[in-house]
Amino acid sequence: MSGIVQFENVGLRYGTGAETLSDLSFTLAAGGFYFLTGPSGAGKTSLLKMLYLSQRPSRGAIRLFGEDVVQLRRARLPGFRRRIGVVFQDFRLIPHLSAFDNIALPLRIAGVDERDLVTPVREMLAWVGLADRASAHPPTLSGGEQQRVAIARAVIGRPEILVADEPTGNVDPEMAARLLHLFDALNTLGTTIVVATHDIHLLSRVASANVMRLDRGRLQDPTGALRYPPRADGH
Amino acid sequence: MMLGASQAERRLLPEGRLAGPMPWVIAIMMFLTALAAAGGLAMGSAANRLGADLGRQVTVQVILADPAERDREAHAAQALLSHEDGVTAARRLGDQEMQALLRPWLGDAGLDKDLPLPAMIDIDLTSAGRDRLDRIAQAVKAVAPHARIDDHAGFIAPLVSLIRSLGLLAGGIVVMMGGATAAAVVLAARSALNTHRRTIDVMHMMGATDVQVARLFQRRIALDALFGAVVGLVAAISVIILLGQRIGEIGSGIVGSISLPALAWLLLLCLPLLAGLLALLVARITVRRALVQTL
Repeated sequence: MSGIVQFENVGLRYGTGAETLSDLSFTLAAGGFYFLTGPSGAGKTSLLKMLYLSQRPSRGAIRLFGEDVVQLRRARLPGFRRRIGVVFQDFRLIPHLSAFDNIALPLRIAGVDERDLVTPVREMLAWVGLADRASAHPPTLSGGEQQRVAIARAVIGRPEILVADEPTGNVDPEMAARLLHLFDALNTLGTTIVVATHDIHLLSRVASANVMRLDRGRLQDPTGALRYPPRADGH
Repeated sequence: MMLGASQAERRLLPEGRLAGPMPWVIAIMMFLTALAAAGGLAMGSAANRLGADLGRQVTVQVILADPAERDREAHAAQALLSHEDGVTAARRLGDQEMQALLRPWLGDAGLDKDLPLPAMIDIDLTSAGRDRLDRIAQAVKAVAPHARIDDHAGFIAPLVSLIRSLGLLAGGIVVMMGGATAAAVVLAARSALNTHRRTIDVMHMMGATDVQVARLFQRRIALDALFGAVVGLVAAISVIILLGQRIGEIGSGIVGSISLPALAWLLLLCLPLLAGLLALLVARITVRRALVQTL
């Protein structure tokens, strides 16, 4: 496996305040499964934002898919973002669109023909157990159902990286286990998974997962998975 | 297609008109724009017609107290003019026409047969004749020394100039209204962007380009502007038709010459499309400029 994400001395500062994240240096292997954990306010969401290109760092270098994305021209961002699936902590479903249309959104943005997206979207709805809720709108869905729609939307485009911010925060333990199983299945298909959570009980649910721990904006590497500088073989 | 967004993409913004008064603001501005445009076009048309018609007309007056000598000079002048290059018609006004001209000022009682009236010859000129009016006047003077040449262009010129100025003023108003329409669209686009900020952010995070996002807004705003413009134009055309009827009832030569040619009607009917196109372009530029500020 090669490094799909590389952070090098990355720091993030909002405005003129103190750095939210400092000296982040790590490499994520393509096809790896990573938990990002730490207490609330540790900077997990900020790190993920830089990972899914919603936020540029204040300093340091970030390479995604082998390219420097810190200085990336704005016009090239969409192409990179289409390779990354994101499950937002607050789902960010579009309330006036049905579950079907929410899940189909990344495909439509990518220009997939309407006739070609019906089958994959229906399969994805079935995959997350919402086949009978295709035409339901988010306000009529439960928290868990919304979360599953958000996950289905994130993975429908078969992203190379899936970033999930507290994806099990609004579901019961049984549903949380089921969602993790979905992520694990996706991971076995080759997608690099990064899941931010402050639920330490989740960490043991995926046997192959590595754990990154953020504490007060600095990264700790309790499992030794985040080798930096990367080894010659990319691990 | 310039409007761009597919049916599925259109669903990304909630159905129905965009919130806010923009369509009605544009309806009011289109109403005023159409009136100003109609006024300007009618003025321009009237100025051209007056300039063309009256600029080629000249009146020869033979002012002599002796009726026999007056008739002799008038006859000589008319005979000369009938064969002069550049003159298409030379017609001497009869007694009844002269009396009709004087009646508004002198009344029936004032039309005494003994009143010495000048002999008048109306002349229609070609463009070439207009250019050699001085030579024609010299030739007339040679056969009718008491003849006086009245060039209609001389006294109609200030009026034509005034009408042209009013036409230009109307054109300026149309341009300013276009600017105001663009400003209204900018405000509406910014408002719509704020309203739908969350949807835009989600689309961006999924890899939507600025062009894709802008397409959603430009289509909706252009349709709103088109709707408002059609409403405003219908109201304006109603007023223009009513005004046209009133002007027609006046019947005066100069006022009566103010009318809208067919081409002007066509231009007026194109105004809503122009407003929709303007709204589309302004919305596209506004949205894309706003999106550039984001990551």
